[in-house]
Amino acid sequence: MNDMTPTKLKPNDFATDQEVRWCPGCGDYAILKGVQRTMAEMGARPENTVFISGIGCSSRFPYYMETYGFHTIHGRAPALATGVKLANPDLDVWIITGDGDGLSIGGNHMLHLLRRNLDCQVLLFNNEIYGLTKGQYSPTSRIGTRSPSTPYGSVDAPAEPCTFALGAGARFLARCIDTAQKQMPDILKRAHAHQGASFVELYQNCIVYNDDVFEPFTNKKDSANTQIWLTHGEPMLFAKGEKGLKLNRDDLHLEIVDVVDGDWEAAGVLAHDEKNRTLAQMLVEMRHPTMPVALGVIYCDPKPSFEQDVVTQNAKESAGKVVDLGALIRKGQTWEVNQKKLREQ
Amino acid sequence: MATRLKESPAAREREAVTVRFAGDSGDGMQLTGGQFTLSTALAGSDLATFPDFPAEIRAPQGTTFGVSAFQINFGSDAIETAGDAPDILVAMNPAGLKVNLEALKPGGLIIADAGEFGARNLKKAGYEANPLEDDSLKDYQLVAFDISALTLESVKEFGLGNKEALRSKNMWTLGLVLWMFDRDRQPIIDWLNTKFAKKPELALSNAAALNAGHAYGETAEMQQGLGRYHVGAAEVEPGLYRTVTGGESLSLGLVAGASLVDLPLFFGSYPITPASPLLHTLARLKEFGVTTFQAEDEIAAICAAIGASYAGQLGVTSSSGPGIALKGEAMGLAVMTELPLIIVNSQRGGPSTGLPTKTEQSDLYQALYGRNGDAPMPILATRSPVDCFEVAIEACRIATQYMTPVMILTDGYIANAAEPWAVPEMSDFTAHPVTHYEGETVSPYKRDEKLARVWIRPGTPGLMHRIGGIEKNYETGNIDYGADNHQKMTDTRQNKVLGVADSIPDQGFELGGPDDDMVVVGWGSTFGPIHQAVKKTRKAGRNVAHLHIRHIWPMPKNLGPLLKGFEKILVPEMNTGQLKTVLRDQFLVDAKPLNKVSGQPFKIAEIEAAIGGI
Repeated sequence: MNDMTPTKLKPNDFATDQEVRWCPGCGDYAILKGVQRTMAEMGARPENTVFISGIGCSSRFPYYMETYGFHTIHGRAPALATGVKLANPDLDVWIITGDGDGLSIGGNHMLHLLRRNLDCQVLLFNNEIYGLTKGQYSPTSRIGTRSPSTPYGSVDAPAEPCTFALGAGARFLARCIDTAQKQMPDILKRAHAHQGASFVELYQNCIVYNDDVFEPFTNKKDSANTQIWLTHGEPMLFAKGEKGLKLNRDDLHLEIVDVVDGDWEAAGVLAHDEKNRTLAQMLVEMRHPTMPVALGVIYCDPKPSFEQDVVTQNAKESAGKVVDLGALIRKGQTWEVNQKKLREQ
Repeated sequence: MATRLKESPAAREREAVTVRFAGDSGDGMQLTGGQFTLSTALAGSDLATFPDFPAEIRAPQGTTFGVSAFQINFGSDAIETAGDAPDILVAMNPAGLKVNLEALKPGGLIIADAGEFGARNLKKAGYEANPLEDDSLKDYQLVAFDISALTLESVKEFGLGNKEALRSKNMWTLGLVLWMFDRDRQPIIDWLNTKFAKKPELALSNAAALNAGHAYGETAEMQQGLGRYHVGAAEVEPGLYRTVTGGESLSLGLVAGASLVDLPLFFGSYPITPASPLLHTLARLKEFGVTTFQAEDEIAAICAAIGASYAGQLGVTSSSGPGIALKGEAMGLAVMTELPLIIVNSQRGGPSTGLPTKTEQSDLYQALYGRNGDAPMPILATRSPVDCFEVAIEACRIATQYMTPVMILTDGYIANAAEPWAVPEMSDFTAHPVTHYEGETVSPYKRDEKLARVWIRPGTPGLMHRIGGIEKNYETGNIDYGADNHQKMTDTRQNKVLGVADSIPDQGFELGGPDDDMVVVGWGSTFGPIHQAVKKTRKAGRNVAHLHIRHIWPMPKNLGPLLKGFEKILVPEMNTGQLKTVLRDQFLVDAKPLNKVSGQPFKIAEIEAAIGGI
């Protein structure tokens, strides 16, 4: 804890004087609110917090956070954040990206950020569409998505963000929905507490170009049956505890089982183990409508972060070495010319 | 064994000699050249080298495209080029002879390993008959003997396998050449002991080969007509000297430059020929506050460097032409956010992948104009391996004093070539320590008299702000798409960079002056051949001057008036005329081009001829 923390800041203290310019009804508003609330609840120090984004609707986010912020170029926020964090590991770095920015043009950087395990939080706003360029399909759009660039429906298979992240070597995975304001701060706090790269996929509704694409599993009415919120060590139950997830050992997949009278053990329901990578793999691949959508902290298994390892190695290799520029440039085999001689005129 | 006997004199005195070692890319020619360079430097001669190697790491053995060569020119007079034409060609195989014979001076000496001139190798090199045995080399002095067999014999006692034993061929040959120039073998033996500290038997066997080659020169002289040469020490300023390649010098300059501006150095890079030596050198200098980051690609490398600069360090990225093209958008971001950044471009033959290991100066347009929007950036060019040190220091100064990205143009020739360096005193350089802003709340775009904006590090209380690639309001730094504001910001960025000219020295002359009637204008690694050509032409009575531009952008303020005073302007460049066009554009002068894009440096004679032709 920092002794110099001034009076506790409120969510509004993390808002800038800039007018927010997302479309009315955009899911980004809810996420902004959730992040600002999280900052206040965590007691984040604005001067120590840096929001770094790429390009796209979501990437305007830093302008609305009263912290340090860098709105960079398309897809490159992870690369820029890597430099920031290597130069000053004490900074608290948040990367804001979208499905296009983070998985299409910037997919390469996302892969390497995750495998290196840079200590930062990646909030990927997934709306399954290109918003800022006016509605073309994105790498997460489902097959058959009709858009200006795919008037007869897209034919290519979508990327699944959490599956990608897991494959890239992410050690922390979480999912949330833009409107899930009750759960969002706790998920973001867990992401923040995790040492290393924390990958958070946020289902975000684009009201203009892809409205209600997540509605089948985000609507409140059916949510008990369509969502499963995970807690480490707790049984994986949904439908008000009447259903649970069981491992089918014959062909290794999760299946839904009925839970009678709350006796989940008798039904063979698994407890969530967020350190189990294989389980995480099965959870992120559950699809609506055959399965509930996994939400909350899906995977969390920390290991030392990249910038800490770099700092440690830099210190170790520097220890005991004399820092003398004059000596450095004289290094190697040298010879002395003593007498001044004149070159030809 | 073919031996052509011409003369067998005592040591011949030479003002300068050019030797070219050529063999298979696996023959260790670069190593041989490097060690011969060291021995030459220690003997006090001035020198310049030209490593010339294929893009393939191990091209098929014996082929002409797998030939690796190393040329060194050394002498008792000032040496500024690797030499137009070799006096001596050491050919380790038929392909090495075939590729390099054309460059050899008429009457030059060929030392060939006859043991490699078997039917198979001759065929691979495209020879129908053995050139060592027919009369095709009659215009040269030829000394051919079975170096391979002699090497095997010399290392027999170490019980190495045939393949491993033959690896010492280059050391045997080096021993012979050291004998020819009466050089001390001890520094090479010291180096072998260090290099093979963990395999002492290899240190011993290589030293044995080296000594055997040397002894062969002693004993075989009379029979073989091998001459000895004496090249005196150069007349140079007193001081402490070492040899340095451009890659080393630039690395050291960046470390020194960062130290002079009092910032940790962050180096983000992606491996590419011929820029990688910088990354390799800096990765070992952590104790000087250097962090190196091998990024996933060129774009990540520059973006990480920008991130480090944003966080308060001095970000540097480095690449060659194709990689620089990939970094273009991010350079624009650094221009827009007005952050210090150094981009090193070790140019190579282009376009596209082009000639990865050959030299060219064809990225001048890219440096000046290769970004979207009006994105001005100071550009500096290095002229020689030694010059890289000062240029890097100057780039660090400009980047931090003016809050701007700066590009350094060097090239593959400079990066790999070595020359003696009178090691400077660090106290001779002016420090320009940076202070990050930590005062009252200000706009992040508040500017000083040089138009440089404040540099506020994240982590500074009370100064939170947002920057980015979108146009910013001149006063507040908030997003502003306004017409007048964009005009004003564009003008400001332009004027800031042009203002760098206030802080740089006037353009001077390398030779001659404003009263001459012709000037040869150069930039970059053409310095050596231009300087020598102008010197020779002046000796012949022609009133010609040499002017070499370090500050490519902005140019020194007096450059325009200077050029306008000349009747004739010649601009030799290893491109199709890029600086020539810029000079015409900037000053409306009648600059004439002399262009060469063969992947090889200019020869002195080529420039002399062009001067004579104008």
